Amino acid sequence: MRSISTVITSGVTLALIAAVSARAQTPDPSDWPAVVSQAKGETVYWNAWGGSDNVNDFIAWTGRQLQKRYGFKVVEVKVADTAEAVAKVVADKAAGKNTDGSVDLIWINGENFVAMKKQNLFFTPGWATKLPNWKYVDTRNPTVTTDFNEPTDGLESPWGNAKLVFFYDSARTKKADLPNNAEQLLAWAKAHPGRFSYPAPPAFMGTTFLKQVLYELMDDKSKFYKPVDKMSFKQYVAPLFSYLDQIKPYLWHEGRDYPKDYPAMKQMLADGSLGIIFAFNPSEASSAIEAGKLPKTVRSFTFSGGTLGNTHFVAIPYNAAAKAAALVLANFLISPEAQFHKQNPEYWGDPTVLSMQKLPGEWQKKFAALKLGVATLPPSELGPIIREPDASWTDAIEAAWKKRYGVAH
Amino acid sequence: MLLPRIIRGLTFVILVVPLVCGLVGTALPAFGYLPTLGGDHLTLHFFADLFARPGIGRSILLTFATAFMTTALSFLVVIVFVAGWAGTHAFARLQHLVSPLLALPHAAAAFGLAFLIAPSGFLLRLVSPWLTGFDRPPGWLIVHDPLGLAMVTGLVVKEVPFLLLVTFAALPQLRLEQTRRLAASFGYGRIAGFSYLLAPPLYGQIRLAVYAVLAYASSVVDVSAILGPTLPATLPVRLLQWMNDPDLALRFVASAGALVQLVLTLSALALWWAAECGVGRLARFVCAGGARFRRDAWLRSLSLGLVTLSAFFIFAGMAILALWSVAGLWQFPNALPNELTMRNWARHLPQITTPLITTVYVALISTTLAVLLTLGCLEREVVWGRRAGHMVLTLIYLPLIVPQISFIFGLQVLTIITGTEASLVALVLVHLIFVLPYVFLSLSDPWRAYDRRYELIAAALGVPRWRVLMRVRLPMLLRAILTAAAVGFAVSVGQYLPTVLIGAGRLTTITTEAVALASGGDGRVIGIYAFLQALLPFLGFAIASLAPALLFRHRGALRV
Repeated sequence: MRSISTVITSGVTLALIAAVSARAQTPDPSDWPAVVSQAKGETVYWNAWGGSDNVNDFIAWTGRQLQKRYGFKVVEVKVADTAEAVAKVVADKAAGKNTDGSVDLIWINGENFVAMKKQNLFFTPGWATKLPNWKYVDTRNPTVTTDFNEPTDGLESPWGNAKLVFFYDSARTKKADLPNNAEQLLAWAKAHPGRFSYPAPPAFMGTTFLKQVLYELMDDKSKFYKPVDKMSFKQYVAPLFSYLDQIKPYLWHEGRDYPKDYPAMKQMLADGSLGIIFAFNPSEASSAIEAGKLPKTVRSFTFSGGTLGNTHFVAIPYNAAAKAAALVLANFLISPEAQFHKQNPEYWGDPTVLSMQKLPGEWQKKFAALKLGVATLPPSELGPIIREPDASWTDAIEAAWKKRYGVAH
Repeated sequence: MLLPRIIRGLTFVILVVPLVCGLVGTALPAFGYLPTLGGDHLTLHFFADLFARPGIGRSILLTFATAFMTTALSFLVVIVFVAGWAGTHAFARLQHLVSPLLALPHAAAAFGLAFLIAPSGFLLRLVSPWLTGFDRPPGWLIVHDPLGLAMVTGLVVKEVPFLLLVTFAALPQLRLEQTRRLAASFGYGRIAGFSYLLAPPLYGQIRLAVYAVLAYASSVVDVSAILGPTLPATLPVRLLQWMNDPDLALRFVASAGALVQLVLTLSALALWWAAECGVGRLARFVCAGGARFRRDAWLRSLSLGLVTLSAFFIFAGMAILALWSVAGLWQFPNALPNELTMRNWARHLPQITTPLITTVYVALISTTLAVLLTLGCLEREVVWGRRAGHMVLTLIYLPLIVPQISFIFGLQVLTIITGTEASLVALVLVHLIFVLPYVFLSLSDPWRAYDRRYELIAAALGVPRWRVLMRVRLPMLLRAILTAAAVGFAVSVGQYLPTVLIGAGRLTTITTEAVALASGGDGRVIGIYAFLQALLPFLGFAIASLAPALLFRHRGALRV
C-alpha cells in the first residue's frame, strides 16, 4: 500500500510541476539571467532532420554541454522531413493545444519557415537578435536575416551556412572530365551511364539539385525570386523537366529507384556505384574521410557560375513547453565554442555563421588554425553563392516532380 | 474465484476495446469527420482524393500481390518441409533453431537481407571481381525492385519460422508416426502421405496463424520501407507518409486509405479462403486418383534447402550487420572492411541509451502484464474445467489479423484527444495489444498439456488451490512461462508502427530509431541499431532457457 501511495503522491507532484511550468512566465530574452534560471530543469524536444550521423552527433554533444552548464535536458526528435515537425505544431494548434506543445525547437529554413510564419506558429516577438551571442553573428551576410526571400524578423536564429558542393573519387574519375555546370553534368551523365543520381524529392538535397538546374536553365532569373505564378509555372519549369527527362535514362537504375538521401550517396560513391555526388556542406567529404566512410582520394568541386547556398536556423513554436531552455540552446548554438566545434570536420564541418572580426582574438586564432580537411575547397574556390529562390518554388517543384516521376514506368 | 474472472474480462477489454475504438477513430476522419482539424461534416471526398493520387492503383495491387505471394510461399515451404521431414532427426534439431529465428525483429532481418543481396551487398562482394569481373556494383535493381520480390523474400524468411513454431505446437496432437507407417505401407511417398492424411487436420490448427501472416504481410510498414518498391511504395508506407504530412487535409486521406487497407486485407483473406477450398478440392481429386508420388526425394531436399536458406539469410544477415557496425572504410568489391574500428559504437552508444532504456522498459512491462493476464485466463480454464472455445481463439488472433495501420491511426487520434500522446502508459498499452496474443499462444499449449495429477495429489493433501498454483504448477511450468515471456518481449521490441504513431517521435525505441536512421543509408549506423535490435530478444531467450536450468539444478526431473 505504501508504495502505491508513494506512486500516487509522486504522480500528483509531477502533475503539479507540469501545471506550474505550463503557467510559467513567457521568457523575455532581454532579461537573460531570468531566462537562464527559468531554463533549468526543462526538457527541450528538438525536432531535427535525423538522417545524418554528424548532425546527430553534434546535437548529442550540444545536449551534454547544456545539461552540464545550464541543467536542462535536450532530446532530439529525429524527423525524416522537417515538414513533419511543422505538421505537429499545426496539429497541436488544430487540437487547441496552445500551451505545452509537442515541439520546443525546430531545425528549419526556407519553405517550412515561411509556412509557419504565415500561420503565426512562431514564438513572438522576434527574439533571435536579442540573444547575448547575437553580437558575434555575421550580419553582413544577408542570408542570416533573410531566409529564402523572407525576412526572418528574429523568429529564427541562424546556426550554420550551407553551400551546394559536388564530390568525386579522384581514383576513379579524372578531374579534367568534371562538369562545370548543369549542362555539362548532363553530358557527363550520358558519358557515364548509371553513375549519377539525386535523392528523390521531397528529400531536401534532391529538391536543391532541381532548384540548381532550374536556376541555370532559367532565362529570366528574376522570376526565381518572385512567388510562383500558377499560370506561368509550367512554362518556367519546362526547361528543368526537359533536362530531367533527358538525364533520366542515364541515372543510377535509370531512375527506377533513387538514393534515400545524400548521406546514402556517400557509400555509393565509396563503392563506385556513383561517380559524382553532392551535399550542402563543403566539408562533407573531408568529414566522411575522417570518419572512415569515404576513401582518402575523394575531392570536391563546384560550378564556377555558382551553386545554391543558404543559412539554416532554429525556431521556437508559439506553444513550445520549454521556451526558456530553447532560447538558451539557440544562444549556445551561436557561441564561438559551439560554432567552432561544429565547423571542425572531425565532428561535422558545417560552416560558421559568425563574423571573424567580431570574435575575441583567441577564437579568431582557433578558427584560423582549423584544418578544413583534404577534400574541402578553400573559401576562395567555393565559387559564387546563388541565393535560394522564393520559398513557394520548393513545394511547387516537389509536387511537379512527384507527379512526373513518382510512379516509375 | 473472482480474480481470474476479472482478468478474463480485462483481457477481453484489452484485445477488443482499442481495436473497436481505433477502427471508429479511423473511420470518422475517413468520411471527413474530425472537428479538431476542421472536418465537421460527412463526405466521400477523401476517398475520391485517395483514388486520384498518382500510382495508387499500383500501390494497392502491389500490396495485395506481395502479401499473397509471401503467405503462399511461406506456407508452402513450411508444409512441404513438415510433410517431408516431421519425425526425423533433422526436424528435431531444427526445433531449437526456430525460437531465435522468430525472435529477430522484422526490421533487423530486412536490413540484414538488404546488405546481403544488394548489388553492392556481401554476396556479390564475395565473388567480385575474380568471378564476375565487377569492380563497381552492377546496376541491377534488387532491393526496392518494382515487383517487390526483395520485400517478399524478406517477409518469407521471417514468416517461415513463425509458421514452423505454430506447426511444432500443433504436431503432437497428430498421430504422426502411425499415420506415416500406414501411408508408407500403401506405397505413398512421405509428402503425399502426410498431405492426404495429416495436412487437413494440421491446417485446421494453424489456419489462424496463416491468416495472421497474410494480414501482417499486407499491412507491414517497416519491411516494406526497407526492401519494398519506392515508385510507388506499397499502400501502408504511403499511408504513413500522408499521416506525417504538414498538409493536415492529407490525414483525412490517410484515414480513408487505412479503411481501404482494411478492405484490402479482408479481400486478401477472402481470396485465400477461396484458394483453400480450391486446393482442398484439388487435393481430394488427386487423392481419389490414387497418385502415390513416391519419388519425392527431390522435393524433400528442396524444402530442406529452402528452410535452411531462410535461416541462412537471417544468420548471415546478422553477421553482416555486426560486421558493418565495426567497419571503417568498406569499398566494393572488398569482401571485408578495409579497416575494423570500434569508433562507430563509441560514437553511437551515448545516443542509444535513451531509446534502449525505453525499449527494455516498455517490453518488460507489457510482457509482464501479458503473462499475468494469460495466466489468469488459463487458470480460469483449469478451475472451470473447460477449454477456451474457437471464439476465444479468434478473439486472441484479432489484433494480429486486423491490419495495425487501420486501427492505430484511430488510436493516435484518441491519444491526442485524451492528452496521453507520447506517454509511457499509452505506449505500453498499445504494445500489450500485440504482445498478449503471442504470449497466450505460446503458453496455452504447455499449460494445457500439463499433467494435472500433480495438482490432484497436492489437493488431496489439503493444499488450497492458489498454493497448488504457486508451489506446484507455476514452478513446473516456469520454463514455458519464461519462453512465452521471451516471445512477448521480442514482439514488443520489434513493434514499429504502434511505437512511431503512439510514441509521436518523443518516445523512441531501438526499432523506430533504426528505421529513422536508415534514410542515411549508412551500413555502420544501421548495423549498430539492427544488431542491438536483434540482441535484445536473443538475450530474452537466453535468460528464458538459462534461468530454469539454474533454479532447478537440484531437481533432476525438471532438467532439460
